[in-house]
Amino acid sequence: MPACNTPRVSIQTADFDLSAEVAALRAQDPRVGAVCSFIGTVRDRTAGEPGQISSMELEHYPGMTEKSIEAMIDAARQRFDIYGARVIHRVGLLAPLDQIVLVAVSSAHRGESFQACEFLMDYLKTQAPFWKKEKTPNGARWVDARVSDDAALAKWGIALDNTSLDAQD
Amino acid sequence: MKVTVKYFASIREAIGVASEQCDTQAPTLGALRDELIAKGGAYAESLARGKAVRLALNQVMCHESAVLVEGAEVAFFPPVTGG
Repeated sequence: MPACNTPRVSIQTADFDLSAEVAALRAQDPRVGAVCSFIGTVRDRTAGEPGQISSMELEHYPGMTEKSIEAMIDAARQRFDIYGARVIHRVGLLAPLDQIVLVAVSSAHRGESFQACEFLMDYLKTQAPFWKKEKTPNGARWVDARVSDDAALAKWGIALDNTSLDAQD
Repeated sequence: MKVTVKYFASIREAIGVASEQCDTQAPTLGALRDELIAKGGAYAESLARGKAVRLALNQVMCHESAVLVEGAEVAFFPPVTGG
């Protein structure tokens, strides 16, 4: 396998380029027959909430963020037969239409890549220490965590509750 | 023992500091949370029992029963909303 100098996890303010990231992921291993990627972007509205979103501030826990996502990738590698994985998450000030997050996975066949990509996103949504604050004409508000995201992770047999009041008591 | 306590997002905003040193005898993270609540004001409000507060010990999410050790880095934050 060629030497791999690309990090698996990047937390950055800068934007990212999907094509370049996928190319790097493929170049790491000629056995790759499938690459699956997911990109999350900033919406200009939140269902059930008033006001258009003019911007979004993303805060994180430097150190823990990287460690937690590295651990998620290790878990994905144990669970699925994948070759490479790449996660980029942006922080700081973002605007509607901006890219926020990239998860890309490579494997020999499509099934493992599709599954690992979804697994990583479900895991990241409820366990990586990021927080979003939306700015609207009605003022700024912290985004609420969604119970449906916990349900998405539970589907993989992982009961790590993000939203409940006493999950960790 | 001395520990570093970090706060994030809405809890950081309410308490008004991102990080502080605490001298504590609390044996667990849950006990430390109770000590902080006892300080009253924004601590009591933002860390109150019945509120969704997540905890981390040395940068790993953990339960309130986790044992505190000298020099530990503890964090309190609301449910995460990345992705």
